[in-house]
Amino acid sequence: MNASPRPLLVCAIFVATAVLIAASLVTGGGYAWSDVLAMEGDGALVLAASRVPRTLALLLSGAGLAVSGILMQMIARNRFVEPSTAGTVESAGLGILLTLLLMPGAPVVVRMLIAAMVALAGSALFLMLLSRLPLGSALMVPLVGIMLGGIFDAVTSFLAYRFDLLQSIGAFGSGDFSIVLRGRYEFLWIIAALVAAAYATAARFTILGMGEAVAIGVGLNYRRLVAFGLIIVSVVTAVVVVTVGAVPFVGLIVPNVVSLILGDDLRRSLPIVATGGALLVLGSDVGGRLIIAPYEIPVGTIMGVIGSLGFLVLIFGRRGHAT
Amino acid sequence: MPPDRARAIRRVTMIVTLLAVLSALAFMTVGVRGSWGFVLAHRGIRLAALVTVAYAIALSTVLFQTLTGNRILTPAVMGFDALFILLQTALVTTLGATATGALDPRLLFAAECLVMVGLSGLLFRLLFRGEGGNLPLVVLSGLLFGALFRSLSSFLQRIMDPNDFLVLQGRAFASFNVVDPTLIGVAALLALAATAIVLPRLSALDVLVLGRDRATGLGIDTTQLSATIFALVAVLVSASTTLVGPTTFFGLLVANLAYLMVPSARHADVLPVAIGLAVVTLVGGQMLLERVLGFGTALSIVIDFVGGVVFLFILFRTGRR
Repeated sequence: MNASPRPLLVCAIFVATAVLIAASLVTGGGYAWSDVLAMEGDGALVLAASRVPRTLALLLSGAGLAVSGILMQMIARNRFVEPSTAGTVESAGLGILLTLLLMPGAPVVVRMLIAAMVALAGSALFLMLLSRLPLGSALMVPLVGIMLGGIFDAVTSFLAYRFDLLQSIGAFGSGDFSIVLRGRYEFLWIIAALVAAAYATAARFTILGMGEAVAIGVGLNYRRLVAFGLIIVSVVTAVVVVTVGAVPFVGLIVPNVVSLILGDDLRRSLPIVATGGALLVLGSDVGGRLIIAPYEIPVGTIMGVIGSLGFLVLIFGRRGHAT
Repeated sequence: MPPDRARAIRRVTMIVTLLAVLSALAFMTVGVRGSWGFVLAHRGIRLAALVTVAYAIALSTVLFQTLTGNRILTPAVMGFDALFILLQTALVTTLGATATGALDPRLLFAAECLVMVGLSGLLFRLLFRGEGGNLPLVVLSGLLFGALFRSLSSFLQRIMDPNDFLVLQGRAFASFNVVDPTLIGVAALLALAATAIVLPRLSALDVLVLGRDRATGLGIDTTQLSATIFALVAVLVSASTTLVGPTTFFGLLVANLAYLMVPSARHADVLPVAIGLAVVTLVGGQMLLERVLGFGTALSIVIDFVGGVVFLFILFRTGRR
């Protein structure tokens, strides 16, 4: 066993991320890259008010979603779980609708808090359902999560329809970073703290992934650790969904690819998972800005295509292995 | 068959038929204000569309479930209607609005149906490639293909010319509320033709329920029967999707309700009840929500909710066995 993560691969990921950060700073409608670089005209303003915040928002969201994915996978002990296949994203959406309905004037913090609380309840319900699920195929787990998410979605749509809020909730259906400006993304920095907290407890989550018996056997407080993980996942999901909308499948694709190469020791793999998530979301957004420039395709749409394809490859590829 | 069971089946069929007729009558007459002639003509078109859709979905779902030998997969769960929408979107994107607009919509629809039979056949082959027994794999990959087709459609809709998009919007985004009237006649004809093809094969389908190997052993050409039924399912899905758009859980709901209510596994007994229930749910449900409760577009949301709960319930039960 080699103790250090494969250095070449790690280098490649970091270099690619750096290149994409640069690309993200100079790509976009209206301003040629030379103007932005020379800081001529409004170049400096565009950079400071739009491009830098957008790039930071992409990095933070991507890293947070990928880390949420791997935490969920350790908690549920299933490779195919992530916030959008566990009812977390959809229940966060329900939370946002409830705030719009009951406290229309509430500040963004309150909206995030309530979305996070409902997301926590939704994910806990998912875990409860899982514990009743008869042992069987590992694929049953995401199936239950997707269905549960669909039910939450139906409740949200019905309430939104009933109270004429369909337009307001349409916005968080598909993640879009073109709305990110200075002053409108700063809550995403919460994610940095949460990812750091996950990294600090990475060893415990690795053990959690080996099952309740092992975790208790080595003296971990199993329930508290599960609750801690779920809180991180719910808050990250809520903050992302409230700020830019849902970005599906990041937490599924990235951890699975990383674990194929680096294995499941989170202390080793978590930084790479976070960087990989940032890379994937950043790449999708830059791509979305280029395909029909000067117009844009939202990240949510692009990740929907990449993510569902990747998921399909994962479940069909898996048949060759252990099962 | 024991006489009391036959009587029970007759009773269920009669009650469901009666309810279906009552819902249709209520749909036509409740809350009419102003000119009856106008209202009846207007509602008549919608009623015809809804009944055609109910018929097509109930028939295609029951046939599909017999073909795949389980009660949780439906053409919609497998992503077939998302595939049809993607097909329409891709067509408008590549040919452009003017070219597609110049064609006779019926001709266009016929062509789309043909392509749909081919593509959904491919999808089906891919998912069931020697894996018919691994139900979770098939269901999950069906759902994911549906998600992929929807994302691809919205991707294409983003990059297409705005004028083309308007044309597509007129064609592809029908719902229970806004039915597309141009193709009702064609869709109804297709449904009737499908019935004419299915009727003589009903008893063979009853044998197919026993499993493919046993059916072959009992002298049924399962390969040919499956291919025929599958093509019918694909055409019926195209017909219903072009009229009202995608309906994820509707078929699942009415088919399972019919299995529950009819104490028989014979298609001749189950199919009429499934179709009747579909009409009651769609026409009666739409009438109730629209005219009595005042929630126009909510029917598909309610069906999604109830259908999702039923789906989870069946999933847990099949896992337990």
